Amino acid sequence: MSARLQARGDYEVVIGLEVHVHMRTASKLFSPAPVRYGELPNHATHPLDLGMPGVLPVLNRRAVELGVRAALATHCKVHSRSIFARKNYFYPDLPKGYQISQYEEPLATEGWLEIEAPSADGTPHTVRVGLTRIHIEEDAGKSIHDAAIAGSAGSHVDLNRAGVPLLEIVSEPDLRSPEEAAAYLRKLRALLRWADVSDADMEKGQFRCDANVSLRRHGAAQLGTRTELKNLNSFRFVEEALYAEIARQAALLDGGGRVVQATMHYDPVRRATRVMRLKENADDYRYFPDPDLVPLVIAESEIDAVRRALPELPEDRRARFESEHALSGYDARLLTESRALADFYEAAAIRSGQPKVVANWMLRDVLAELKERDCEIDATQLTPDALAKLIALVEDGRVTAASARPLVAVLIERGVDPETLVRERGLEAVSDTGLLEAAADEVIAAHPEVVAQIRGGDARGLNFLMGQLMKRTEGKANPKAVREILARKLAG
Amino acid sequence: MQPAEVERIADLARLELDAGEVQRMTAELEAILGYVEALRTLDTTGVEPTVHAIPVATPLREDRAVAALDPERALANAPERSDFAFVVPKVLDEDET
Amino acid sequence: MAGDRFATAAQMRADLDARRVASATLVETALARAEAAAGLGAFVHLQPERARTDAREADVRRARGDPRSRLDGIPVAIKDLMVQEGEPCTCASRILEGFVAPYQGTVVAKLRAAGAVIVGRTNMDEFAMGSSTEHSVYGAARNPWDPTRTPGGSSGGSAAAVAAGIVPIAFGSDTGGSIRQPASHCGVVGMKPTYGRVSRYGLVAFASSLDQIGPFAHTAGDCALALAAIAGHDPADSTSLPEPVPDFAAAQRGDVAGLVVGLPREYFAEGADPEVLARVREAVAELERAGAKTREVTLPHAPYAIATYYLIATAEASSNLARYDGVRFGRRAEADSLGEMYRRTRSEGFGAEVKRRILLGTYVLSAGYYDAYYRKAMQVRTLLRRDFEQAFGACDLIATPTAPEVAFRIGEKTADPLKMYLSDIYTVSANLAGIPGLSVPCGFANGLPVGLQLLGRALDEATLLRVADAYQRRTAWHEQHPALDWERAK
Repeated sequence: MSARLQARGDYEVVIGLEVHVHMRTASKLFSPAPVRYGELPNHATHPLDLGMPGVLPVLNRRAVELGVRAALATHCKVHSRSIFARKNYFYPDLPKGYQISQYEEPLATEGWLEIEAPSADGTPHTVRVGLTRIHIEEDAGKSIHDAAIAGSAGSHVDLNRAGVPLLEIVSEPDLRSPEEAAAYLRKLRALLRWADVSDADMEKGQFRCDANVSLRRHGAAQLGTRTELKNLNSFRFVEEALYAEIARQAALLDGGGRVVQATMHYDPVRRATRVMRLKENADDYRYFPDPDLVPLVIAESEIDAVRRALPELPEDRRARFESEHALSGYDARLLTESRALADFYEAAAIRSGQPKVVANWMLRDVLAELKERDCEIDATQLTPDALAKLIALVEDGRVTAASARPLVAVLIERGVDPETLVRERGLEAVSDTGLLEAAADEVIAAHPEVVAQIRGGDARGLNFLMGQLMKRTEGKANPKAVREILARKLAG
Repeated sequence: MQPAEVERIADLARLELDAGEVQRMTAELEAILGYVEALRTLDTTGVEPTVHAIPVATPLREDRAVAALDPERALANAPERSDFAFVVPKVLDEDET
Repeated sequence: MAGDRFATAAQMRADLDARRVASATLVETALARAEAAAGLGAFVHLQPERARTDAREADVRRARGDPRSRLDGIPVAIKDLMVQEGEPCTCASRILEGFVAPYQGTVVAKLRAAGAVIVGRTNMDEFAMGSSTEHSVYGAARNPWDPTRTPGGSSGGSAAAVAAGIVPIAFGSDTGGSIRQPASHCGVVGMKPTYGRVSRYGLVAFASSLDQIGPFAHTAGDCALALAAIAGHDPADSTSLPEPVPDFAAAQRGDVAGLVVGLPREYFAEGADPEVLARVREAVAELERAGAKTREVTLPHAPYAIATYYLIATAEASSNLARYDGVRFGRRAEADSLGEMYRRTRSEGFGAEVKRRILLGTYVLSAGYYDAYYRKAMQVRTLLRRDFEQAFGACDLIATPTAPEVAFRIGEKTADPLKMYLSDIYTVSANLAGIPGLSVPCGFANGLPVGLQLLGRALDEATLLRVADAYQRRTAWHEQHPALDWERAK
């Protein structure tokens, strides 16, 4: 890693990212056709999506709400008035010959996102990445140039995706490394999922990224000429492609050459970028306000309503867990990785009344199980109630921690009552003092050297004796009771 | 208005004009733009542009999907189709459409 | 009377209700007249089977005493850019050859819901771009009053269909005068409603912020009937006005007492045919005799209206017509590559006038010119709106000539596009301002019809219909009809 970082030693890397994300709506942005994935071609369209003569767009209310949510979640200024504009160009997947987007007056501007990324020396630091703008637009369809289609010299056009609501999120060129770029994308994606704005499933094309990258000498005021990397559909590819392009630009500049503005394509096999299209003959999109739509006016009260309904943001929740539950920053971060996890933890913590204990159980046992099963917490049978109950049983000494921990896996598989489960398996802690006193006597008698050590002032032996006692009781002895009995007998 | 300009605009609009048409259009557009020049001299400082003559409040549609258009109907007018896809000639290179 | 070729829809309704005639007969007669008048070039497509079925059903309803509306069973025609499901829609263009609509336009749906029987689709200038119905792939339409002349445009076919007594009511579209000007040239009433009053869903777009569908008829009464059938808010059209539709018929009380008619000095200046101006002044005098007051008003930015219109309309059109690319419908040219396909399809598919306007509109929106042309035009549009707001502070409606001259000869203006554009000089302002306007026949000049244009406040179609109706009760121009000798021009 450090070698890669060194490769661009002379230059400062400047990266800006443009993300297109599918909003989570039932119908399309301007047409009432259903939003569907994996359908047969042209099985999810409406005359509007086919650009038929005489059709007209009508804006989806929910898309506006989700757009405002995304803007608020990223601390943007939401504009009460924004305008839909036509972006005019010809392509077979663009049925009207123009895309309805937003240009001069977008929905939101001037937001930010904070990310953690390694700096040049490898130490992690926090970077605040500015968001230039967020706007609403419709997606285009798909044009498949498949050479494999036997005997076909043409392209196949599928308009199922045409008209799906998109948010375009543009960052300021504040990113300084491919690692930062990947961190930004991960954070943004998690946030959009958190806020239910999008499922952001990259395999379904619901979260797509374009990157702009340029180099300049350290201390230079002006930005270098940038190139654009398009259609990077995984975080790994984003990092790799950026590295490849940075290397290409560095080599060019080192050799006294000039970077030319272009759209680049990344070849993951050759791990290299190549020019896809020169930008000199950039399309003139002839943007103008769409006369079929009126300005989008959102009252302040409506923006406030969305703000109030917004789920507590991950960073705010993390801070609250730290301050109110006394969790460490690290633990709080892990528990707020997804909203489902945070919700679960919080519910269990409230039930239990012992947040730190619940946190431990979750981080130690629950997360391990989830990782092994590669699933999300809300896909399991485990409920916050059940976890809290199990923890309570341990805290009350009704079952030992050692006995209880394996039960987490069971509760994840089956939605049973923990108490019932403990009884079923005969795992109740042995608290019968008579039994324990007898076992303690046996253990003390069996290990006189250890006893002598303890009485001599070395307390370590106590754990050994406890372990022995637990063995004799098959791990079911109530540890609190055991400790107390041993201590009394050893003292006296 | 120059012929080269007319050709540039024709390209943007995906129209193919022969030499005669280019000449004719150049003259006609020249005349029309000449007529339209008068507008440029009008003082419109501080005047808001009108996009919609009669303002209406933003109409919004409830997010309820309707049944998709029968794919046979969607493709009924297709000049060329393959199963349920529209077929078009291939793009020669990434630049050219 | 049933046999009267030029019967109004109101008369037909009376005959139908009195069982003097059946809808089947009315429709059959309309179809026959359409066929016989083929030389007029008014219709481009007839739908006899569907019409006969509709007429039969209307007769059944009538026998039950259950008509859907006052238009139930009455034959009408629609301009070939109004989408009707299952029927061709060509906009008089080669590029839409073979296109059959897969959905229903709102106005057509409303007409069918009212029981009106659409007998066919009328001729027009390609994509509504023109003022003479000469730019049509089907050939020019002719003026029933003189078949060597145009009926005006772009809704010339619909105007001719009514003027020739084929149907009592026809529908067209008006973007810069395309209903009012042909109405004036054909001696019928034609109305452009307030922008947003009638749904544009299913109206093939020319200039989205200017287009409106409207009726042609012999009388203001029929016009009101037709407008009532098609007006109203449509959730499928984001520019549709939410305001409720008033009872237009009720507004026609036969009087104009207390109304103030504004006469804009800029519209009565030089440049118009003096005979046309004379007819219009006589009409205004008639209104005064009827009890209206007149006063001079000013619309100072009137000289800039045409320029403003042609910048805005062509810009919007250049974008609206981008969808005609041979990919999903319509005609596609032979080509080896996509780029070639786009260029050939569009170049072969569009006529010269359409190409001219697409080029102008593309230029006006292109980088470096947007502010100087398009944005500037939108600002002047604001000034034009303000002119009207100001004028309506001093009057209730405005009267002007509809067109600067009477119907011109076929071929007379096609060589000079700018000359053709100037025939819209009195009509474009209403579209730019969004206000309603109508043309009512007010006499003849050199044997050809002259139209009086009435312009009203936004949403005040009722006043215009009221004044037109009162005028028609006091005059008989609308009862004069062309001699049926269009064989002459064939």
